[in-house]
Order: sequence, then C-alpha cells, then structure tokens
Amino acid sequence: MKLIANALACERNGRVVFSGLNFAVAAGQLAELRGPNGSGKSSLLRLIAGLVPAAAGTVTLDPGNDTALPQHCHYIGHLDALKNAMTVRENILFWSCMLGGPGDATALDAFKLTHLADDPVQLLSAGQRRRLSLSRLLAAPRAIWLLDEPATALDVASQATLTNLIDTHLTSGGIVLAAIHGDGLRKPDHVIHLGPST
Amino acid sequence: MSAFTTLMRRDLQLMFRQGGGLGAALSFMLAFIVMIPLAIGPDQATLARLAPGLMWLALLLAVLLTTERMFQQDHEDGSLDLLNSASLPLELVCLAKAAAHWLAVGLPLAIIAAPLGILLNLSTDQIIPVMLAMITGSIALSLMASIAGAVTAGLRRGGLVVPLLVLPLYVPVLIFGIAASTGDLGPTGNLPALLVLLAIALVALVIQPWAAAAALRAYFR
Repeated sequence: MKLIANALACERNGRVVFSGLNFAVAAGQLAELRGPNGSGKSSLLRLIAGLVPAAAGTVTLDPGNDTALPQHCHYIGHLDALKNAMTVRENILFWSCMLGGPGDATALDAFKLTHLADDPVQLLSAGQRRRLSLSRLLAAPRAIWLLDEPATALDVASQATLTNLIDTHLTSGGIVLAAIHGDGLRKPDHVIHLGPST
Repeated sequence: MSAFTTLMRRDLQLMFRQGGGLGAALSFMLAFIVMIPLAIGPDQATLARLAPGLMWLALLLAVLLTTERMFQQDHEDGSLDLLNSASLPLELVCLAKAAAHWLAVGLPLAIIAAPLGILLNLSTDQIIPVMLAMITGSIALSLMASIAGAVTAGLRRGGLVVPLLVLPLYVPVLIFGIAASTGDLGPTGNLPALLVLLAIALVALVIQPWAAAAALRAYFR
C-alpha cells in the first residue's frame, strides 16, 4: 500500500498555498510535514482527508479499491469533534461506530482515560481532550493517520504513548502523516517540506 | 448498532440534554397560542374560525426556531469534518439528523399543538384532523428545515437567512396543512388534502439527503 501525491496543488481563497507537490509514502512509513505557519501543512492533511479540493494534481492510494481515500483516513485536526454534553465513553462509542469500528470503548485504555469514562467532556482539561481525540485512532481501524500537530497540549507521558501508538501502527503496515513543529515524535521516513507562504 | 441509528440517538441525546431544541420550541408555541386571544379579542366564534391557521403558524415558526442549530454545532466543533469520512454517506448523515430533529421537535410539537388548540376554542371534533395533518406536515417541515440548516451551517448569523430560505418551501405545507385540518375526516372531507401533504413530505424525503449533503460539501473548500 502506498499513498502517492502527483503534482498536487492547493489553493485557498484564490491564493496558491503549495503546488507541484510530489511524494510517495509506503506502508509502515512516517512522513513529517515541516514548514512555517501558513505554509499549507494543515491544508495538505485536509486535502487528503477530502475536506479541501485539490486545485491540480491527484492524491491516491495504491493499490486503490472501491472505498474513497477519506474513508481510509483518520483525521486529527485542531478541532476536537467532542460533544461537551456527552460523557467520555459516549463520545468514543459514537465515533467508533461512525468511523466503522466495533463500537466499544476499549480505545480509552491507551491514553488512560478509562477512569474518566463517565465524566462529561466539559470537565476535561485541554490535554485530556486531546488524549480523547487521539483515542479515536484506536476506536476504528483505518490505515492512514493524518495528524495535525498531535502533541499539542500533551504531557510527556502521553507524548510517549502517542509515539508508541504510531510505532505499533507503522509496524502493522499503516501510514502516518504528521504536521509537526520542533522535535519530532520519532525518526521520520520522509520529510515533506512545504515552502513559506507567498 | 448501525451508524445511522447511532447518529440519530446522539442527536436526540444532545437535543434533550442541551435544551434549545424542544424546550425552546415548545415554550415559544405555548407563548404564541396563549397570547392570541389577548391580541385578537375574546370573541369565541372568531377564535374558532382562526384557530387552525394560527396553530399552523405557531408550528411553522416553532420549527423555524430550532433550524439554525441543526448543523451549526457539528460544523463548529469539527464533527462535520469527521462525519464526511464516516462509514455512512453524507446523504444518510443528513437524513439521520433530520429524522432526529423530527422525533425531538417536529413530532412532539405536532402532537401537543392540537390539544393546545382548546385555548383558541378549537372544536373538539377538529382535534384529531388537526393532529393528523400536523404529524404528516411536520415530517416535511423537519426535512425542509434540515436543508436550510445545512446551507447555513457555517454562517455566523445564519438565523437571519433561514426564514428567507425556508418560508417559500413552507407555503405549500401551510396551504394543504390548513386544508387538511378543517372539515371532517374521510374521502369527502380532509383526505385529499392530507394525501397531498403526505406527497409533499415524500418529495421532501427524496430531495433532502442530496440537497443537504450538497450544501454541506460546499463548506469543504
């Protein structure tokens, strides 16, 4: 399995964010997206997740199948898609079911959220919300993980957990694309440089 | 449990827990109907004649009140981004949300409105026809409201646009709704109008998933 971008371009509001982007990330590989603010890291992830149209070029999964590319992807963006009025367990059960998972709450174990399962999400701290967001990665099996600055608000222990999860996912033949500032979570197989915004 | 029912159940839960759904619509309808005799005077014959029309207006406006929030919250917190790549097509996501809206707002209002009509001197043998017409009509109202809700999902002051979008669609429902609410039950009475109302609801059912999903996709750019 391979995620291939071919002469990919993205426009936001008539302005070219990036163009002529080529890369190929194979199964078991981590690609880091690097670049200053506004260089299109989030746009690239959203493009792969089907949330932004490509201005030119294509991004495909090889070998492809009937399922559209976005349905192979987990997208963890800046918005956490959590409902304050629902409990931690209800949130994870909902997304597990909606994203094609088994519809259980075992995903909470990884980030040690099980003891908070019956608390409303409203009471969680920023870091705990992030952990719950990231738990979605395990709630449904999907091959491609698109992580937009995944370590934001995470404590050191949770960052280590995230690194472990990524390792496990890569070992089992997954693909990870992560937009990252500063120190990376682990050694990347590819670095995709996005230029400064023009 | 299938993704469709899961989404419906979550929307119902949210509407009951957060308020702003049935609670707001119901208190609006109650206030509206209680105020009418004060506004147009206590003449019982006039009230009885105007009752079905006024109750339909109350239902329409109460449903309108809940339209803006239908997709807005999911858009704001990023849920819509994920629902776009869910195992359920976006069309069915929209249908599930409309179904939840009908169960949480449309149906309860339609059932409660007819007994409230007694406050307007609605004759008791009219209660059943009004209730039947409103239950049928509210299906169409919820479906059309969800289209407008999807169009305004990402607009800050979407509430200002919603009435302009929805009211033209509501006109046929209002006309046939009132026709089905007056007159006796049966083929020579309100049945033809009730069937037209049902037809409008079915047409809305066919169009809504595509229209609402297309409106939501317009935000993904």
